[in-house]
Amino acid sequence: MTHPDVLVIGAGMVGAWTALGLAERGLRVLVVDGGVPGGGSTGAAMGHLVVMDDSPAQLALCAHAMMRWRTAAPELPPSAEYDPAGTLWLACSDDELAEAHRKQEVYAVAGVSTEVLDAVALGQAEPLVAPGLAGGLRVPGDAICYPPAIVRTLLERAIALGAIVINQAVRAIRPGGAQLTDGTWLEAGVVVVAAGPQSGMLVPDLPVIPRRGHLVITERAPRRIHHQLVELGYLHSAHTLGGASVAFNVQPRVTGQLLVGSSRELVGFAPGLNRELLAMMLARASAIVPALAGMRVIRSWTGFRPATPDALPLIGAWPALERTWIATGHEGLGITLAPATADLIVAGILGEPPPVPSAAFAPDRPMPTLAAA
Amino acid sequence: MRRRRHDVVVVGAGPAGLSAAATAASMGRSVLLLDQAPRPGGQIWRHRAGASLPARARHLLDRVRESGAVHAVATVVDAPAPDTLMVDFGGRVDLVHTAAVVLATGAVERLLPFPGWTLPGVTGVGGLQALLKGGLQVRGRRIVLAGTGPLLYPVAASLATAGARVLAVLEQAPFSAVAKFGTRALRDPHRFVDAVRWRATAWRSAWHHDAWVVRAEGGERLEAVTISVGGRERRIACDWLGAAAGLVPRTELARLLGCALEGEAIAVDATQATSIPGIWAAGECTGVKGDAAAVLEGEIAGATAAGDGGGMASRHAVARGQGIAFGRQLADTFALQPALRTRVTPEAMLCRCEDVRVGAIDPAWTARQAKLWTRVGMGVCQGTVCGVACTALYGWEPPQVRPPLAAPPLAAWARWLTDVDSPTES
Ligand SMILES: Cc1cc2nc3c(=O)[nH]c(=O)nc-3n(C[C@H](O)[C@H](O)[C@H](O)COP(=O)(O)OP(=O)(O)OC[C@H]3O[C@@H](n4cnc5c(N)ncnc54)[C@H](O)[C@@H]3O)c2cc1C
Ligand SMILES: Cc1cc2nc3c(=O)[nH]c(=O)nc-3n(C[C@H](O)[C@H](O)[C@H](O)COP(=O)(O)OP(=O)(O)OC[C@H]3O[C@@H](n4cnc5c(N)ncnc54)[C@H](O)[C@@H]3O)c2cc1C
Repeated sequence: MTHPDVLVIGAGMVGAWTALGLAERGLRVLVVDGGVPGGGSTGAAMGHLVVMDDSPAQLALCAHAMMRWRTAAPELPPSAEYDPAGTLWLACSDDELAEAHRKQEVYAVAGVSTEVLDAVALGQAEPLVAPGLAGGLRVPGDAICYPPAIVRTLLERAIALGAIVINQAVRAIRPGGAQLTDGTWLEAGVVVVAAGPQSGMLVPDLPVIPRRGHLVITERAPRRIHHQLVELGYLHSAHTLGGASVAFNVQPRVTGQLLVGSSRELVGFAPGLNRELLAMMLARASAIVPALAGMRVIRSWTGFRPATPDALPLIGAWPALERTWIATGHEGLGITLAPATADLIVAGILGEPPPVPSAAFAPDRPMPTLAAA
Repeated sequence: MRRRRHDVVVVGAGPAGLSAAATAASMGRSVLLLDQAPRPGGQIWRHRAGASLPARARHLLDRVRESGAVHAVATVVDAPAPDTLMVDFGGRVDLVHTAAVVLATGAVERLLPFPGWTLPGVTGVGGLQALLKGGLQVRGRRIVLAGTGPLLYPVAASLATAGARVLAVLEQAPFSAVAKFGTRALRDPHRFVDAVRWRATAWRSAWHHDAWVVRAEGGERLEAVTISVGGRERRIACDWLGAAAGLVPRTELARLLGCALEGEAIAVDATQATSIPGIWAAGECTGVKGDAAAVLEGEIAGATAAGDGGGMASRHAVARGQGIAFGRQLADTFALQPALRTRVTPEAMLCRCEDVRVGAIDPAWTARQAKLWTRVGMGVCQGTVCGVACTALYGWEPPQVRPPLAAPPLAAWARWLTDVDSPTES
């Protein structure tokens, strides 16, 4: 395709939704990915589609994204493993239960319905959770999915609308253009950088850094956990961009397997495992779901979240380079936020009003520096 | 839960591992010999208590017993460092520190998909023999064997001896190639006697070359197979089918440890050293070449791992070279015919764990793309079976190995992860 309207760099969950959104509006779209589409951060993720309320801007974007996921769900193939299981936020103490009540009010304002469970109701909803917890907050609108298969479906739809996907790595960008590793320059009307945690390598000074996470998966078993279970303390772990941390996060797959997270650490793109952190993560998980201790583990892996210093994504024009748009920095929420991100980018490129206020995500907003964060 | 320390840990108690363990222990080293199977002997000498074994096997087992090597039923589940193994001793995971590791993990059967291969009643060739050794009753049962290489002979013979009706034995290689190999290989008196004995035992069976299974048929379980012999198809009613496409080195642990491969085998030098210092490998995991070569390589690996400075390796250099040459002959003679790949249909199951059929795969994909998009190889066996098939069908690299191996219970594995490098206690 010579001179497409839009060149999308990166075919992860964000790039795939964006490419489809643009193609649906009749634009000629070229997507370039240097790896396997859906094989970056997206291929390592849990696939929890979850509303978070770290900030009002994040909450509004999540609520819009979940509306988009629920609309898209009936059209997804079985391989997407879309499962409207909902989230159960666990309160380990009375203080955390008070936090659950506060959260319920905040969610209600954004139109997200929830249900506070006391200790007894929690025990009934999830018998495998250790006794002694204070309760929880159920968010029935949240869901679970298998991200790589969704990327594949979205790209196939974009291709059916005329988009082209090529397997090439980009080495550099300039206004309206990108240079492939073989030296050739691709020209386009505008360029969208959706290269996940690697985006910073293409856009100088873009405040995005990789934040490593571990996951562990068990063998198949009859399904005995019904919601994605996350401790309320998770938000703290996710928000604070400091040293290494773990938080309880367990997901039931449609196969009855359990996917166990989560850990966070800043180690660049280091491969391999941090066994010490992994042990903390697994200890935390089996303290809250004791039955996990006896379940067999078939594999562990790590992935890199595209993190920003203020825990909000970077979505919008990048003033330092004309005709260049940024769609990254979603940290641990990029699967969830991808459709909403695509909507903001499409509206921005077409000069339409955004579906949700977008100022908070402006990539050039003032931000703490990465070193100080 | 405790820590152990040994000079040498040998993983796998087949011919190579037994020989490595006996050699290193007789040089005064403290040796731990691990195998997940309940009794030592590996694939070829797998046996039940009290069963009779060939003299060679009894001799080697006696040597191990007298050497002082400690044999344990155990599986390696993780290797945080080349000198630190996490070992599951029947549900209890211990940390084993060691100066040297000898990998003698043997080979597994290459199971290539064909229509019906997942029906109950269909197993591998060695797999059927393992069932027989495990007590399967085959008297009067109608059996078809389809495979390649010398393994067909002992398996057919032992089934016949147990009273099975081995209706047909199919060797996929053409007769011309096998005949050429036979005259060379049978110059070795050992092998000649074995071959004659095995052929004689299974004399009632029809032996075919250039022959393979086109499909297995049946409702609830196997009822018949359609075979191709020299291009002509025929249907045979039967109760069991043992089908495989030869053997392939078993390398998960080696790959976890970061050892380089050469083709599908662990790469080793003349002293059986792998690319990772402190790790040696011997036997079929370094290339399929039979039990005699495995014993010899085990002796070299055991001696170098025990620190003999390469003396054993130079003494056995010629014999070792002959073993490798024999392996090469095996590989050439029993190279897979293209039909073994093209007989697959889109409906044939590729990955049993994740229910992925051949038709779901685009051969132009990379292994990683196929895995992410279709979940092939993501199941409990982690591609041990379908990864081998994908290499044969699509030329893909073996899948990346990530800890843990052998699916240990979460807590048993997690407990050790925190203090893998703290000082030794016991
Ligand atoms: C362990 C873990 C668990 C997670 N769990 C969840 C969860 O449950 N829910 C949730 O919402 N989010 C989760 N996330 C976060 C989520 O995975 C990411 O935010 C999201 O996948 C980012 O998507 P992306 O499309 O921006 O990036 P990626 O998926 O990384 O896509 C970027 C693509 O760009 C390509 N690329 C990069 N550089 C170049 C280049 N120079 N040239 C060409 N192509 C290039 C890459 O090959 C890649 O395919 C998790 C992340 C991790 C690590
Ligand atoms: C299914 C099968 C049946 C065979 N039957 C015959 C036969 O009847 N006659 C014949 O001549 N040849 C047979 N062979 C070929 C035979 O295996 C070799 O000729 C010879 O035994 C090779 O010796 P080895 O020590 O290299 O491997 P093996 O004998 O295969 O021994 C390897 C051992 O390592 C163990 N092991 C592997 N990984 C681990 C781990 N991570 N932790 C702990 N233990 C581990 C395995 O349980 C196994 O016992 C058979 C091969 C296979 C695969």
